[in-house]
Amino acid sequence: MKKGYFGTFGGQFVPELLMPPLLELEEAVERILPSKEFQDELGQVLREFVGRPTPLTLCENLSRELGITLWLKREDMAHGGAHKVNNTIGQALLTKKLGKKRMLAETGAGQHGVASALAAARFGLECTIYMGATDVERQSLNVRRMRLFGAEVVSVDSGTKTLKDAINAALRAWIAEQETTHYCFGTAAGPHPFPLLVRELQAVISREARAQMIAQAGQLPDYVVACVGGGSNAIGAFHEFVPDAGVKLIGVEAAGSGNPGDWHSAPLSKQGSPGVLHGMHTQLIQTEDGQILPSHSIAPGLDYPGVGPEHAAYQASGRATYDCVTDDVALEAFLTLSRQEGIMPALESSHALGWAIKNAHTMKPGSHVVVCLSGRGDKDLDIVNDYLAKKA
Amino acid sequence: MSASYLTKRIEAARAQGRVALVPFLPAGYPDKARFWDEIDQLDAAGADVIEIGMPFSDPVADGPVVEHASLQCLENGVNLKWILNELGLRKGRYKAGLVLMGYLNPVLQYGLDRFALDAASAGVSGVILADVPFEESADIRAAFEPRGLDLIPLVGLNTSAERMALYAKNGRGFAYFVSVLGTTGVQSSFDTGLPGAIRAGLTQAKAVFDIPVALGFGLKHPDQLKELTGLVDAAVFGSALIRHIDQGGDSAGFMQVWK
Repeated sequence: MKKGYFGTFGGQFVPELLMPPLLELEEAVERILPSKEFQDELGQVLREFVGRPTPLTLCENLSRELGITLWLKREDMAHGGAHKVNNTIGQALLTKKLGKKRMLAETGAGQHGVASALAAARFGLECTIYMGATDVERQSLNVRRMRLFGAEVVSVDSGTKTLKDAINAALRAWIAEQETTHYCFGTAAGPHPFPLLVRELQAVISREARAQMIAQAGQLPDYVVACVGGGSNAIGAFHEFVPDAGVKLIGVEAAGSGNPGDWHSAPLSKQGSPGVLHGMHTQLIQTEDGQILPSHSIAPGLDYPGVGPEHAAYQASGRATYDCVTDDVALEAFLTLSRQEGIMPALESSHALGWAIKNAHTMKPGSHVVVCLSGRGDKDLDIVNDYLAKKA
Repeated sequence: MSASYLTKRIEAARAQGRVALVPFLPAGYPDKARFWDEIDQLDAAGADVIEIGMPFSDPVADGPVVEHASLQCLENGVNLKWILNELGLRKGRYKAGLVLMGYLNPVLQYGLDRFALDAASAGVSGVILADVPFEESADIRAAFEPRGLDLIPLVGLNTSAERMALYAKNGRGFAYFVSVLGTTGVQSSFDTGLPGAIRAGLTQAKAVFDIPVALGFGLKHPDQLKELTGLVDAAVFGSALIRHIDQGGDSAGFMQVWK
């Protein structure tokens, strides 16, 4: 009877009114997604529109300095500047196959909103993006980008006015509009089948990276490191390596400031407990009464009080290890990669990179480390400048 | 199993030829002290069942009115322990059947078995968990049933007869039929008479369920009750009661209007 579980995590904790569209989507994930027709069409769009495969780049300068062999999987070079588009292109195509005319999506910082809006434009779909009022204000550039792609942006004024409330609003809207509309969920979380669907669409990251490592390095990596908010780039970066027992999988969460009492976004590695939010049983940042607490990170895309259920299961089984780094460590990695390699990483990806730099000395010299560079950092310049000004 | 207290209360109203009245108020609204006064008034004014909301930080199935009220209750310091303690102190005081309504996570953190025991001991007859569909309900029913606590099924306009039958097989207390595809208190979906889709959905629900059927979400004014006689057994008022209190009214006055 129980479906959509990864160990004890996952499930389908939604109002009955959402079950019909979820069941419809489940069917599509089983039947349409694996079909040759769908995969061929998706493959073509990924090549010709998204620009895949993305390169695997050896960081020669940093490798010398750190005594390891540091590789970057360059999701920052995907169209839109982040891995998010792998998911939205797949879901937009699925929306078409379901005969629906409209997509709605939630967004925190706006990256998934932008990726959804451009995918909707590409496939001729209407698009509505739900975004917390606080985020609309602090990410106005992304709001403008979404509108340029033709999306309607709805400012959500309830609760903490951030990502988790945008998800609540999008779920509510989906209840009302399910017949005509697909909900393009942004990460490998939420109710079944979203964790599975998003993982399948993001697994292209590790499919490519695994083949590229064999071709370019002649071996599999010793470590694969990826940042974890909801966890979509990480699950995509891990998936094909899961059966390779020798490959250590490291998920890096956002510790926030690291000061005692400050909010963070690290339910797996810092302080979380099992509970139910947004349709899934997973690890959450919550009070002992089961109320969800606000989260925080310098990286807007990691700012979420929950995590995808498959990550919670990998932590429980020990297949992947989860750790967190602070805003400071991420920012230092942002500056280091920009200066030393000429690549400006997103602040989210900077967490994964920061972990690799910080822990390089614990690794066997020469270890091959693949860091998933989930996005580019141009979007973060204001945050970085403000942060540096405050520190000065 | 014998009929639950909730079923009996609603059937008693039907025997009197009327639709049972089921007011909803989030626990601790408008404040912790006045809340119990409101519950006393609702009971005294003849509420057949009273639904008490268990506030949650992320109420996806609620509209803005109930969400706002729930968040205010959390700010007032309401938690499940307080609700169950206070109910325990008042055990036996209410003629109305008592139902707790909310979301799974606070119940999970309280402990499913401990919750079932404490709720039943405090005189609660049933529980509605808005984010628990049939697929996830087995563990919860297993915890509730030994305590005689009903897990009340929630269905809606888009619930097929097949899915209603899944709920009907295990349903106890009453079935809660959601009248709008959307969330509570956003729009009144039938200001101008009962739409055919709702009429059809209710007719289907009445045919599938052995237990009484309550209509909730979107009810706004007393005239709507007349149209419902014979179609449903009970009617739930949530947002309307909260609005009434927000506008300076009290529960006794609200029930006058609705009677």
